[in-house]
Amino acid sequence: MKIGVCIKQVPDTETKVKVAADGRSLDAAGVTFVISPYDEYALEEALRIKEKQTGEVVVFSVGDERTGTSLRTALAMGADRAVHLKDAAFEGSDAVGLSRILAAALKPEAFDLILMGKQAVGTDRGQIGPRVAELLGLPHVSVVTHLEVGEGSFRAHREIEGAHEIVEGATPALVTAQKGLNEPRYASLKGILAAKKKEMKVLGAADLGIDPATVGHAGARTRWEKLELPPARTAGKMLKDMEPAAAAHELVRLLREEAKVI
Amino acid sequence: MANDVLVFIEVRGGQIKRPSLEALSEGSRTAKALGGKLIALAIGAGFSGQMGSIAAPGLEKILAADDEKVALYQPEIYAALLADAVRKTGCGIVFLSATAMGKDLGPRAAAKLEAGLAADCTHLDVEAGKLKAKRPVYSGKAIATVVFEGSPIFVSLRPNVFRMEEVPAGSAPVEKLEIPGDPAALRARTVSLEASEGAELDVSEASIVVSGGRAMKGPENFALIRDLAKALGGAMGASRAAVDAGWIDHQYQVGQTGKVVSPNLYVAIGISGAIQHLAGMSSSKVIVAINKDPEAPIFKLADYGIVGDLYEILPRLSEEVRKLKGQS
Ligand SMILES: Cc1cc2nc3c(=O)[nH]c(=O)nc-3n(C[C@H](O)[C@H](O)[C@H](O)COP(=O)(O)OP(=O)(O)OC[C@H]3O[C@@H](n4cnc5c(N)ncnc54)[C@H](O)[C@@H]3O)c2cc1C
Repeated sequence: MKIGVCIKQVPDTETKVKVAADGRSLDAAGVTFVISPYDEYALEEALRIKEKQTGEVVVFSVGDERTGTSLRTALAMGADRAVHLKDAAFEGSDAVGLSRILAAALKPEAFDLILMGKQAVGTDRGQIGPRVAELLGLPHVSVVTHLEVGEGSFRAHREIEGAHEIVEGATPALVTAQKGLNEPRYASLKGILAAKKKEMKVLGAADLGIDPATVGHAGARTRWEKLELPPARTAGKMLKDMEPAAAAHELVRLLREEAKVI
Repeated sequence: MANDVLVFIEVRGGQIKRPSLEALSEGSRTAKALGGKLIALAIGAGFSGQMGSIAAPGLEKILAADDEKVALYQPEIYAALLADAVRKTGCGIVFLSATAMGKDLGPRAAAKLEAGLAADCTHLDVEAGKLKAKRPVYSGKAIATVVFEGSPIFVSLRPNVFRMEEVPAGSAPVEKLEIPGDPAALRARTVSLEASEGAELDVSEASIVVSGGRAMKGPENFALIRDLAKALGGAMGASRAAVDAGWIDHQYQVGQTGKVVSPNLYVAIGISGAIQHLAGMSSSKVIVAINKDPEAPIFKLADYGIVGDLYEILPRLSEEVRKLKGQS
C-alpha cells in the first residue's frame, strides 16, 4: 500500500494572535509552529496501515523554509520520505493554488490512498481534501473517524450532525481525518535519529510543471483584505456570594427577561 | 450574471435543513444588494411536499433533484449537479451552509469550476458592487475579511448566525433535475447513515447548548448536564477534558478540535475556558458560565456567571427552568 500524506505547518493552538503591520496577516514573530493536529491523525493512520500491510508513506507539505522542520517531525514519526513543495511562486496561495500544487506533486506517485487532516487549524478552510480529490479525479471521504482499508477497497465512517455516514469504495481514494480516528504517536529518539537519513526532496513550480501564474498571489481567487481581532467580549453580570437556589432563580430570570434567550 | 446568486438547499432524511433556509434569506439580501437574480438548488429525496418552505423575496426558481438515488449524500453526484447548475444558470455567486454536507460539497464543486471559496463565514457585506465575507480564523482569535477574484465564487455560511426571514410559503416555479450517473457505479458510495449513540440533538444544530467539563468528574454526572439541556430544549456538549477522560463521546466536544457552535445561549459548566474551548463557542450570542473559581478565564467573556459549586447549582437551575416553562 502506497500512501501519501499532506501536512500543513500552523501556529500552535496557544498562539496569541497579533496582526502584522500590513493589516492582513498574522505577525509570526514569537509564534511556535507545529503540524496541524488533524494532519497528525492522518499521518498516524497512514503509519498504522503501513505497519499492518507494508508499503510506503510519503509526506508532502507546501511552505517556506520553516516547513522543513514539520516534515522532519513526520519522518521521525515514521514516514519513509518527504517532499517539500517550496517556491517563491507558491507564496500567498489560497485553497485553489494549494490544491493545484499538492495535486501536481501527488499525481505522478500514483498513491493507493491519500490522507490529510479535515482542515488546517489556523485558516480553518477545510477545502484542500475535496479539491485535491477533484483535481486528481479520485473519490474522497472527509471528516473520517474510522477507516478500514483492504485489498483495493475501503470502508469509512464520516462524522455528520448527530450521526455518521458509512462510505464504501475502491482505492485509490482520498480521506480526510477527524479527531477520534486514532491517537497520534510521538516521535521517538530513535525515530528522530533515523529521520536525519531519510530522503527529503524539495520541488518547485518548474519541477511540478506548474505555471506560476496559476498559484500563489497571482492565481489566488480569494485574498485576505484585512485581518482584525474580534470585538472583545466583556465580562457581564456575576452572581456571587449567593445561595445556590437564589443564584439559579436569578439566572433564569435574567435569561428570560434581560437576555430573552429562554 | 456575475451578480446572480444560487443557494444550495440541503436535505437530510427527507427534511429541508434550517441552516439552508438561513443561507437562502442571506442569498436573497445579497442578490437584492447586487441587483442579481436568486435561484435555489435542492438535492435529496422525499422533500417535494416541503417545497413551499423554500421561499425568499425575489426567489426566481427552484432547481430540484428529488430522487431516491440521492437520498444519501453522494459527494460526486451532488458536486456534479451543483457545478452543472452553476454553469447552466450562469450564477456568479454560490451560497451553501457550513454544515457537514456544505463543507464537503462546496470545495468539491468549487474545484470543478476553479472557483474560490470562503468557508464558514459569519458576516457578508456588499461594497461597491462586490461581495466581501468575514470569517473567523486562528480558532476565532482573529477575523479575516475575504475578497474574491474571478467568477463564480462560493461562500459557506455558519449555521445559526444569519437572520432567517419569516416569509409566507413560496410558489417559485420548480424545475426538475435528472441525476447524472448511477450511485451504484460510484467509486465511493455512502451506503448508510447511522444515528450516533444516544441520537440526541447535535450541538452544531441546537440554539441552546449546555456543556460540561472536567468538573463533571465522571460519566454519570453528565446526567445533570443532559437534564438541564433537556429542560431548556437544547443540546448537550462537553470540553475536551471530559471527552479525553472517556466520560462522553467525541461527537459532543465543542472547541478547536471539536465542533464550532454559535447558539443563542451557551452554558459552560465546570469548564475553565481554555483558548481551544473558546475557539468553538465564543461566537455564541449569550454565554453563561458556572464555575467555583471566580478567576476562571471563562468568566472574562461570560454575559452571566455564577460563582459556585455546580453540584449545588445545577439541579436547582434545571428545576427553575422547568418551573418557568411549566408556568408559561
Ligand atoms: C491541540 C489542542 C486542541 C484542543 N482542542 C480542544 C477542544 O476542541 N475543546 C476543548 O474544550 N478543549 C480543547 N483542548 C484542551 C484545552 O486546552 C483544555 O485542556 C480543556 O478545554 C480543559 O477542559 P475543562 O475546562 O473542562 O477542564 P479544566 O481546565 O480542568 O477546568 C475545569 C474547571 O471546572 C471548575 N470546577 C471544578 N469543580 C467544580 C465544581 N464542583 N463546580 C463548579 N466548577 C468546578 C474548575 O474551577 C475549572 O475552572 C485542546 C488542546 C490542544 C493542545
